[in-house]
Amino acid sequence: MLTFIIRRFLQIIPVMIGVTLAVFLMMHLIPGDPAQIMAGERADEAQVEQMRENLGLNDPLHEQYLRYVGNAIQGDLGTSIRTNRPVVNEIFDSRIWITIELAFWGTVLAVIFGLIAGIISATRKYSFADVSLMIVALFGMSMPNFWLGIMLIYFFSVNLGWFPIVGWESWKHMVLPVITIGSGGAAIIARMTRSSMLEVLDNDYIRTAHAKGVSERLVVYKHALRNALIPVVTVVGLQFGTLLGGAVITETVFAVNGIGRLVVDAIKARDFPMVQGAILVCAVAFVLVNFLVDIAYRLINKRIDLN
Amino acid sequence: MSKQPLLEVKNLKQYFPIKGGVLGRTVNHVKAVDDISFEVYEGETVSIVGESGCGKSTTGRAILRLDEPTAGEVNFDGEDLLSLNKSKMREKRKDLQIIFQDPYASLNPRQTVGQIIEEVLKIQNIGTSSKDRREKIISLLETVGIGAHQVDRYPHEFSGGQRQRIGIARALSVNPKLIICDEAVSALDVSIQAQVLNLLKELQRKFQLTYLFISHDLGVVRHISDRIIVMYLGKVVEISDTQSLFENPQHPYTRALLSAIPSMNFEEEKRERIILTGDVPSPIDPPKGCRFHTRCPYKMERCAIEEPVLNSVSDGQRVACHLVEKGAVDYTKIPVNS
Repeated sequence: MLTFIIRRFLQIIPVMIGVTLAVFLMMHLIPGDPAQIMAGERADEAQVEQMRENLGLNDPLHEQYLRYVGNAIQGDLGTSIRTNRPVVNEIFDSRIWITIELAFWGTVLAVIFGLIAGIISATRKYSFADVSLMIVALFGMSMPNFWLGIMLIYFFSVNLGWFPIVGWESWKHMVLPVITIGSGGAAIIARMTRSSMLEVLDNDYIRTAHAKGVSERLVVYKHALRNALIPVVTVVGLQFGTLLGGAVITETVFAVNGIGRLVVDAIKARDFPMVQGAILVCAVAFVLVNFLVDIAYRLINKRIDLN
Repeated sequence: MSKQPLLEVKNLKQYFPIKGGVLGRTVNHVKAVDDISFEVYEGETVSIVGESGCGKSTTGRAILRLDEPTAGEVNFDGEDLLSLNKSKMREKRKDLQIIFQDPYASLNPRQTVGQIIEEVLKIQNIGTSSKDRREKIISLLETVGIGAHQVDRYPHEFSGGQRQRIGIARALSVNPKLIICDEAVSALDVSIQAQVLNLLKELQRKFQLTYLFISHDLGVVRHISDRIIVMYLGKVVEISDTQSLFENPQHPYTRALLSAIPSMNFEEEKRERIILTGDVPSPIDPPKGCRFHTRCPYKMERCAIEEPVLNSVSDGQRVACHLVEKGAVDYTKIPVNS
């Protein structure tokens, strides 16, 4: 198991090289001169040159890249143009934790509802419950987050007054954004669990379990679900990773100050170091989540080998 | 064999509903097994043969209630299995076990071999302590030729033949009276097939087992069976002891099946080959009268109207065919398609 973790961890290195390279090159590939943009529109030639020198843009590309990576490893992602504070502080002081909290509870909600719905559907195939749950799931997948968010605000905040409209302070603030962000995942997990369970339930080892005299409940949970979970775990991992970087819309609708809004604001203000830093952090988070998923995968499926 | 049968299947029917439309209404049924009856006596090996889709595996599963049968009776050891409630049935499962065709699909990939067998021992309350059970598991595995050091391995670490032995050990672990072998050797290499068949025979002698052997391979069936049941499209067409069946098949379908066995005997070259034309009709809407009449080379007018019943033609041989009823002419002398 330890060798597995180490070997899987080593695989992260080439991925990280690719990610940093992409983020770094973004700076050079976007139209316009970064130094000009950073120095501001009214800066004269000398000021732009000074900025270029300060940013090290006159050095060879590979040197710039190595310096960028070196700084990033030491936790230096540059300074935000907009706020003049270090990018790392902007991200880690509060923003990323709010997004992680949102993504985490969204995933928890998605897993709980998705699994329950998927199991009910699969064990009662073609029943009324199955058909209705799958129709609900179809809605869950098809509804855009901004629309669902607005509808939830309209009904539960404006009309019923149960929850606050915007912000991120108490658990009450979290309810509607978490539902908004988790609904899509719940629907995907429900459908995934259903099809995976149906496939597993048709296996001879399930009949073997019945023939042994294992009770219906244990057949479903011990023999079927554990085997059916393998593809579901992958989806959950991807879902959580996507939520980390993709909470932009939900955060905007509910005016939650997470990393998604930070990125949107930074793009609007052409705050390049900020955008770069946020993308890098999200990418690293995504890679780490997938690393954990692979370990979980290994734990539930002894047959997975890195070869 | 005048004693009480161990297993008596009476008018067993297994219809699977076909759901259709938006509301999932039942629009029709697949009549996989349609009113069949037979007996299995203690200590014998009875085989069910027939081509794919004839209902032989469905029969096996219906007996064990792995699928709930639509109608009929399954008397086992003097008790109707279909009338038992769930917990009584679970207890009863100790006496009836099944070995499946695909050794790759019939073992839970997430349980070690030890756990697979231990689970059934625990459920059926066999063995007092875990140490006691462990010893039993090891001795069972050794019986089927799997070493004690392999107890904690997962199914994927074994070959197909070894897995099938594990399946056999699992089935044996509860000291069953009857084991249903559902195509138990079909997925194995021929050399391994022989090993497993010999193992099954040896175990039968050792533990006084009764086998219901489901197979499409007549060579295997001839080797292992005392009696043979031939099924066609959900119906039993012939029940016979093995020797009579192979030497003197009565039903035209049985004759066609037997003539399809490849022969190594080159002198026998002029052997009559009966090649059936057309496909097996759909079990959703089976032909009226005799189900075989659409493909039968000796079809009579009566066959399309009246369904034949199983009639004794000799001691231990029963056939459902209008051609072989008492006093009828010997149809086998009539040239095919005359």
